[in-house]
Amino acid sequence: MSILVLADLHEGQLAGTTAHVVAAAQAIGGDIDVLVAGEEVQAAAESAAKLDAVSKVRVADNAVYAHQLAEPMGALLVELAGDYTHVLASASTTGKNVLPRLAALKDVSQLSDVLGVESADTFLRPIYAGNAIATVKSDDALKVITIRTTGFDAVGASGSAPIEAVDTVVENTQSSFVKEELAKSDRPELGGAKVVISGGRGMGNGENFKLLDGIADKLGAAIGASRAAVDAGFVPNDMQVGQTGKIVAPDLYIAVGISGAIQHLAGMKDSKVIVAINKDDEAPIFQVADYGLVGDLFEILPELESKL
Amino acid sequence: MKILVAVKRVIDYNVKIRVKADHSDVDLTNVKMAMNPFCEIAVEEAVRLKEKGVATEVVAVTVGPKTAQEQLRTALALGADRAVHIETDERAESLAVAKLLAKVVEEEQPGLVILGKQAIDTDNNQTGQMLAALTGLPQGTFASEVAVDGDKVHVTREIDGGLQTIALTLPAIVTTDLRLNEPRYAKLPDIMKAKKKPLDVKTPADYGVEVASKVSLLKVESPAERKGGVKVASVDELIDKLKNEAKVL
Ligand SMILES: Cc1cc2nc3c(=O)[nH]c(=O)nc-3n(C[C@H](O)[C@H](O)[C@H](O)COP(=O)(O)OP(=O)(O)OC[C@H]3O[C@@H](n4cnc5c(N)ncnc54)[C@H](O)[C@@H]3O)c2cc1C
Ligand SMILES: Cc1cc2nc3c(=O)[nH]c(=O)nc-3n(C[C@H](O)[C@H](O)[C@H](O)COP(=O)(O)OP(=O)(O)OC[C@H]3O[C@@H](n4cnc5c(N)ncnc54)[C@H](O)[C@@H]3O)c2cc1C
Repeated sequence: MSILVLADLHEGQLAGTTAHVVAAAQAIGGDIDVLVAGEEVQAAAESAAKLDAVSKVRVADNAVYAHQLAEPMGALLVELAGDYTHVLASASTTGKNVLPRLAALKDVSQLSDVLGVESADTFLRPIYAGNAIATVKSDDALKVITIRTTGFDAVGASGSAPIEAVDTVVENTQSSFVKEELAKSDRPELGGAKVVISGGRGMGNGENFKLLDGIADKLGAAIGASRAAVDAGFVPNDMQVGQTGKIVAPDLYIAVGISGAIQHLAGMKDSKVIVAINKDDEAPIFQVADYGLVGDLFEILPELESKL
Repeated sequence: MKILVAVKRVIDYNVKIRVKADHSDVDLTNVKMAMNPFCEIAVEEAVRLKEKGVATEVVAVTVGPKTAQEQLRTALALGADRAVHIETDERAESLAVAKLLAKVVEEEQPGLVILGKQAIDTDNNQTGQMLAALTGLPQGTFASEVAVDGDKVHVTREIDGGLQTIALTLPAIVTTDLRLNEPRYAKLPDIMKAKKKPLDVKTPADYGVEVASKVSLLKVESPAERKGGVKVASVDELIDKLKNEAKVL
């Protein structure tokens, strides 16, 4: 077996998710190559070369791959896929954007959001917002798979794989990058944080999200939100946790003013310990919370911050 | 410009599904079905583009069993002009759906195709991207804003780090995210009118597309059930439990 892992980049650097995808590749077994594609991505390639279990890193460094636009990235993967039995990417917005193109052009199915590996052709994936787990077997010659990174513990970074340049350059006349507005934050990434504190509609407005800041600072937590809080404009879209937002599984998840709709639970119910703070003692979030505190968040949050 | 919208029949988002006792699949008998919420957003966007004079015609298409015509009628009530039903009782997966949609694109020559970013049953998030690859058209996925400007469309995308705007040459494929718009509700007179709008029925064979897939479903299980824990009476008790019982602080 030979596996190609498409690396995730975050502002030109290797994203933490890639180490989880390599772990998934390890569970499948075989040679593991990592593809780093973008513009000026040498540093990311060097980080990828350190990941345990990687045989080699292939780098496609060219302006056409800048911002990892779907059309050139898909075409590049089609060029390279012939050498592999499996192509993997994380179920990030990049992996989701690019991998189905490879699958379609190779006339194979894609398995999305895989969270478990049974064998080289049989995988577990969540369906219906994680309310059922399907075991699926693929008889396609090439397996194209996106990985739910919370399902696999990251590999270590004590390796030293060789780095090799890929000279394939594709053309792209159909799409172009216009601009990006990236959220700037000193906090850990939502997907990788050990502690996440999320606010919902109960927070009332964006200003009140500041009540979570002090607690997040003390706990080294990332801050998330429910869809309702994002839709209402309290916070930006990249903070949404849930079926159609980000999937998190931290050691500690604190839900504040969130009712616990199935779409929200789908994004956080694999957290190790869940705390819910809600004024409605019947809120469904309490059915999944290890510790529930019934009360007004505007009183509880300042007290919690001062006592931590 | 003509807009093609793909809509899928799925279980209503409020329904909590159950796995069948024999683990062969989930139990969908007598479950309330509806249009996939992301497809509602796709229909709404197409109809708004028509209302703004950017589009001249909106065609809705679905792949699925006879009952999926209910969702096409909903699309027609929301403002689509006509509909195409590709009827199959087989479980058409993303690649097969994308191949069928590619044939419809070839036939209809739309300027824009709008799909949902994911169907809330299988959560695949693939069909639009596959369709783009098969038709050779550019894609703007997870759209929270779509602006047609001459022969280009600017799409603002919800990505993990924030927002990204790209420019695509038309014709193009767009998939919708939650913040693109708030879909309207169908009004009774429109629901009545929708019954008279044209709806063509085709089969995958008409397009020469094989629906069968090389992926088989071996079993379906319920995830490990999470048990509710305890209620604590105060912030002090919460901190104590997190420190000494859960040991996460
Ligand atoms: C297609 C689709 C996809 C979706 N995807 C997602 C998703 O990815 N993520 C997601 O989160 N949702 C998603 N949703 C939305 C989901 O169904 C719920 O509407 C949403 O999660 C509700 O957010 P909420 O809990 O913040 O708001 P509400 O349900 O309104 O709950 C607010 C809670 O705050 C409590 N509260 C209010 N004031 C206070 C106070 N002063 N002190 C303490 N508690 C207070 C209330 O008791 C209530 O329980 C999706 C929906 C659809 C249809
Ligand atoms: C192993 C396996 C297990 C399956 N299990 C189930 C199951 O348990 N229950 C079940 O209902 N199906 C099941 N299916 C069917 C199948 O997964 C989906 O119908 C298929 O994958 C379509 O893609 P999606 O809805 O996941 O697409 P997504 O890529 O998530 O959908 C995105 C968008 O594509 C468009 N679209 C998708 N499907 C259609 C369609 N049929 N007609 C028109 N537009 C469409 C819509 O605009 C939609 O918003 C299974 C398939 C396989 C191979």
